[in-house]
Amino acid sequence: MGYNWNWGVLLQPVATGEGATYLGWILHGLLLTAALTLAAWLLALLVGTAFGILRAWPSRLCDAIGATYVSLFRNVPLIVQFFIWFFVVPEVLPTAIGDWIKSITPSTQVFVVSVLALGFFTGARICEQVRAGIAALPPGQLQAAQALGFRLPQTFRHILLPQCFRRILPPLTSEFLIISKNSAVASTIGLLELSGQARQLVDFTAQPYESFIVVTLAYIGLNIVILRLMEWIQRRIRLPGMMGA
Amino acid sequence: MIALKNVSKWYEDFQALHDCSVAVEKGEVVIFCGPSGSGKSTLIKLINGLEDFQKGDILFKGKSIRDRDVRLPEWRRRIGMVFQHFELFPHLSVLGNLTIAQQKVLKRDAAEAEHKAMALLDRVGLRAHAGKYPSQLSGGQQQRVAIARSLSMDPEVMLFDEPTSALDPEMISEVLAVMVELAQEGMTMLCVTHEMGFARQVADRVVFMDAGTIVETAGAEAFFSAPQSDRARDFLGRLLL
Amino acid sequence: MFALEWDTILAARSIIGAGIAVTLQVTLVAIVGGIAGGTVLAMLAVSGSRPLQLFSKYYVALFRAVPLVMLLLWFFLIVPQILRAVFGLSPSVDIRLVSAMVAFVLLESAFFAEIIRAGIIGLSKGQFHAAAALGMTRYQSMRYIILPQAFRAMLPIMMTQCIVIFQDTSLVYVISLGDFFRNTVSIGERDGTLVPMLLLAGAVYWAICSGLSGLVRFLQNRTAS
Repeated sequence: MGYNWNWGVLLQPVATGEGATYLGWILHGLLLTAALTLAAWLLALLVGTAFGILRAWPSRLCDAIGATYVSLFRNVPLIVQFFIWFFVVPEVLPTAIGDWIKSITPSTQVFVVSVLALGFFTGARICEQVRAGIAALPPGQLQAAQALGFRLPQTFRHILLPQCFRRILPPLTSEFLIISKNSAVASTIGLLELSGQARQLVDFTAQPYESFIVVTLAYIGLNIVILRLMEWIQRRIRLPGMMGA
Repeated sequence: MIALKNVSKWYEDFQALHDCSVAVEKGEVVIFCGPSGSGKSTLIKLINGLEDFQKGDILFKGKSIRDRDVRLPEWRRRIGMVFQHFELFPHLSVLGNLTIAQQKVLKRDAAEAEHKAMALLDRVGLRAHAGKYPSQLSGGQQQRVAIARSLSMDPEVMLFDEPTSALDPEMISEVLAVMVELAQEGMTMLCVTHEMGFARQVADRVVFMDAGTIVETAGAEAFFSAPQSDRARDFLGRLLL
Repeated sequence: MFALEWDTILAARSIIGAGIAVTLQVTLVAIVGGIAGGTVLAMLAVSGSRPLQLFSKYYVALFRAVPLVMLLLWFFLIVPQILRAVFGLSPSVDIRLVSAMVAFVLLESAFFAEIIRAGIIGLSKGQFHAAAALGMTRYQSMRYIILPQAFRAMLPIMMTQCIVIFQDTSLVYVISLGDFFRNTVSIGERDGTLVPMLLLAGAVYWAICSGLSGLVRFLQNRTAS
């Protein structure tokens, strides 16, 4: 195709002159992707568990609140949610807060927005897993806890949730993997994570193949690392007779 | 018609079959019995190539299954098989179960396949159920459909792998009745079964297996009245209690 | 600010209509191509041949490891020349639409392959044996016995995947392909009505997807009973 390969370009200093190399940019992008993934996963766990408990709580209203959350966040595409968090939410908040948000450095702002968007999007998936995990427990568990005099919050805290989490650990760790890929959507609001750097490098170096190959390999590498981590965690937490085959 | 010659089979390091030899003539009914895990189901599945083996040979009408020009689908088409768990196709109606292989394998046209299917359903007493789905039938009815499905391919030999052991007791006799009729019509049959009453009634010979070995092969009458080996005596004694 | 200016939306309806057409085209091609490709990959995965199994395995692993955004960029920024050479398209064809379709078909093939493979593996060994015992070839047992059952068992999951695809097509935003979402944003930016237009886009996606998910649940309950 007459393409001039030039891997050396990756080690050249960047055109913006900040003492970095293009490879350095990619590594910085990888770091951002990893940080974003981890932060969003933790938020998703928190949000997902909270709404999952609501869905499993024996109250019509609580269930409806949880169901509404899931419906809103699962039936709107992720990129639309990113845009709404970024462009719409600051507008609908009270002016003071909105102005404050706009005064934060743009790079911090997009990172926080990305964590929120990914966290709430993934939280809806985790919410359903938590609900299903609790529903899958034998009804006798709730009755046994109540017969022992546990109040409902105690029952969830000490009896239902610990069992539920052991069961749903495998899907929870796969969510981590899914977030790492979905985090690429953050580039659409200007976060220079891995895929954002790939696009930036195409503009700066005019050597698209090199930067795309390196970034793709970085994603595959990240994928493998997360998979290994998942396997390790799952081995660690496995209880005799609890996890099934 | 069917001959197994010194067949041995291993699963990894575990030897499942030791040097098994049996010959079955046309029109013969041979019963394979023995304690569970003795390898009789495995042995019978070797005959139509559902399981493979490492040593020995299997012949069907003088031809070896190992021959280069043997095509397994064609080989299996001529050998019918009835399974312990029926294995009807749940996404097809009873009629569909009986016609699909006739049409796709034997290339019979729809009308011919259907005609044949209805005749066979008549024979196993299930004509009225042709339009139903397998899940709507009782276990005994499903197994009779499975026998009819097998017969729809005009097999030259029939293999039965514990055809009644997954059935409730009250349904066993209806399936055995169909099998007895088949035996009396002269079908060559190899049956793995624990139904000793059935065996006495129709078997020409009995092959007794234990731990992957053929311990004893005898005429049916001789086997039941005077088994030669201790293990067969022991087995029969426990079965009759 | 929140008063949707229906006049401007009405005025822009042809742009939005064109966007909807693109969204539906990409979705449809991704579903049809993905199911076809996924079936082939699943067949390879359960075939007796070790090299074919490995090909299927690594194909699925590769496409599932790379973010969709990157895939779309790959196919748009880097291989339009290859696409032109392979498909022999004249330069007048919108390369963005074609490259988006190719990226989606290749990716969704991997997802459908996993779904179909799980459906096949979920069937009992006895079904394979029964089909074989009737003299069916490998192809015949797959075609008439195994795949119909696998598809039936996996139908709800496949339908859910179709809804996910419909949502994911909005990511063609990254290659500036004017689908429903991209065009909505463009109008919003042009008219200074980005906030209401984004909310409108979200509402439309929500209505369609929650309607379809409800339909899937309804069908699931009906077949279960």
